[in-house]
Amino acid sequence: MSVTAPPAPFTADPGATLSPDSYLDVAYEDKLALWEEVKADDRFPDYLYGCYECGICVAACPSARFYDFSPRKIAQAAAREDVELIFEQMNDDVWNCSQCFSCNRCPRQNSPGGLITLLREVAVRNGLGTAKEALEGYGRVVYKIMTTGTQISPDMLQPDAFPDWGPDVEKTSDNLELWRRALPPETLHTTEMSWQVSDETLIELYLIWLHSDVMDMIAEADEGLHMIILDVMEETLEDAGYEV
Amino acid sequence: MIDSTSIPLSAIRKPPLPNPADAPTEDIREQLYELEEAGELIVQRVPGPYIEVMTKYGRTKKIPEQMTWHHKSCGQCGHIPGYSTSIFWLNRQFGMNYVDPTDQTSCTAWNYYASATSNAVAQAAVASRNFAAAYETGYFPMIHCGTSYGHYKETRQEIVHHPELRRKVRDIMAKLNKPLVVPEEIVHYSEWIHAMRDRIAKKQVRDFSSITASIHPACHYYKLVTEDAIYDPDIYGGQRTATVTGIVESLGSTVGDYSTFFDCCGFGFRHILVQRDFSRSFATQRKIEVMKEEANPDVVITHDTGCVTTLDKSQFAARAHQRNVGVPVLSDAQYAALAMGAHPYRIVQLHWHATDYTALLEKMGIDWEKAWAEFEGDLKRLESGEIEYLSWEDADAK
Repeated sequence: MSVTAPPAPFTADPGATLSPDSYLDVAYEDKLALWEEVKADDRFPDYLYGCYECGICVAACPSARFYDFSPRKIAQAAAREDVELIFEQMNDDVWNCSQCFSCNRCPRQNSPGGLITLLREVAVRNGLGTAKEALEGYGRVVYKIMTTGTQISPDMLQPDAFPDWGPDVEKTSDNLELWRRALPPETLHTTEMSWQVSDETLIELYLIWLHSDVMDMIAEADEGLHMIILDVMEETLEDAGYEV
Repeated sequence: MIDSTSIPLSAIRKPPLPNPADAPTEDIREQLYELEEAGELIVQRVPGPYIEVMTKYGRTKKIPEQMTWHHKSCGQCGHIPGYSTSIFWLNRQFGMNYVDPTDQTSCTAWNYYASATSNAVAQAAVASRNFAAAYETGYFPMIHCGTSYGHYKETRQEIVHHPELRRKVRDIMAKLNKPLVVPEEIVHYSEWIHAMRDRIAKKQVRDFSSITASIHPACHYYKLVTEDAIYDPDIYGGQRTATVTGIVESLGSTVGDYSTFFDCCGFGFRHILVQRDFSRSFATQRKIEVMKEEANPDVVITHDTGCVTTLDKSQFAARAHQRNVGVPVLSDAQYAALAMGAHPYRIVQLHWHATDYTALLEKMGIDWEKAWAEFEGDLKRLESGEIEYLSWEDADAK
């Protein structure tokens, strides 16, 4: 629903990681094409109605307290269609957003958080280098959710992954299989997924990924991850008699 | 300077009940029924008996008592499983008929809000597949996760408002041999607890009157599609969502108010996994420390996966920096279960939590050392092969 046509090929390499100085090296037409893709999303009109510049969204924003980040600037740049600034935000600011939607408090009914969702989607779909950089270290999570249907598995609780959560993480990790069997709900006796998901349900989930362009987005974000996920999906689907 | 925390909640003037006709937002249900009549989708009705509650602008919302299909939460089941277990335990204590399905997937919204490696069609199709799976059983979706709840409310609006999206999702559902189904209400488990709070209080066996609890309302519960969240003129004068606070008050505890109640917990979706310095800083400096300074609570009670995780787990590192932290964090489901006599380890599974909770248990009158010894006995039975899993009957054994 969100794309009318892919943007024209970039004159600069959009997949390369961009430093702020190099934003100017990308052709205006390419930046404009990305912005047009954002605007073509059906949800866009629901997220932007102009901006009073009151700053209520900034006051409510957790990321604004810790980063050089402002939901007001996101809304203003979009309202003014400042293509250059939007391109910068798409490469940088958007990944600081917490997606809590506290900014929905906007008296003008804007949703800067919603705009950021769209900006991020376009950045990923077009394989921007900064999007790839932002998602580094996130591949395991994407793999988990797309192949198991659950995002957080008990076996993710490893001391080296969560050293700041204290020594109990190691204790949990050491006792994981035993502690999971000490859970009364039968669906929770799992270590590699949050709960037990049936094979038939996974097949349905894989069909959704294949029929909704998500796999193309993964390919743009991380080609290696795309191949691994596709292998898992193809094997399961072919075993179930589907032609992939 | 006015100290907002010095104003007793009871002093807030009770406003008149809102008139639903004046609501600045639409009642999406009316459009759902029209689409159903046009043959575009199926609306799954809330099964009776249900409890009617009031939402932000005065509309009533139906909360099913039972016949519920429990849409579980990734983070709850994965890392704080006493949360999910407590929800099921509460249902069982009231003899409610429910399903804990294996044909449920995650809403996948945590990943979506973190990485954007998805799109509106895929997200709506995942939601619709889960809704159809529930519909096939005749049981009604009860959403455990606040983000799933908020995301599904948004998805429902998108399905209603955008015909092209609806067509694409319907086409995908046809490939799965499933109809496009949308529930009449999107119901969060904390709304069920809120609606059941008086009945829960009647079954209370532990005295919580000496406990002060600070409430963290979950962002995706009430900041996404705000008109669908429960509000009550008797709680905060109807100016904040009533869920969580309602059950804490019904259980006789004092609500310790604090000035940064509107702030998020710092979860951040991607931040909690790959940029946790932000999550830790926000959770401790804007939430826990403010609560400690202004209300000095015995416990923080909230109603979402990420909030319990972030507020609880972030305190360890902050303590190492001599920050003013050290408040245990529980969900409303765990708090209610403990009030009704649930075992702190067999049911509430507190050993998965990070911040020291033993002082809280002592204040509740629970001998936590004895309880842990009982649980260790269970673990030995599991290790020896005497039992393969801990059953509900084992968990409630005296």
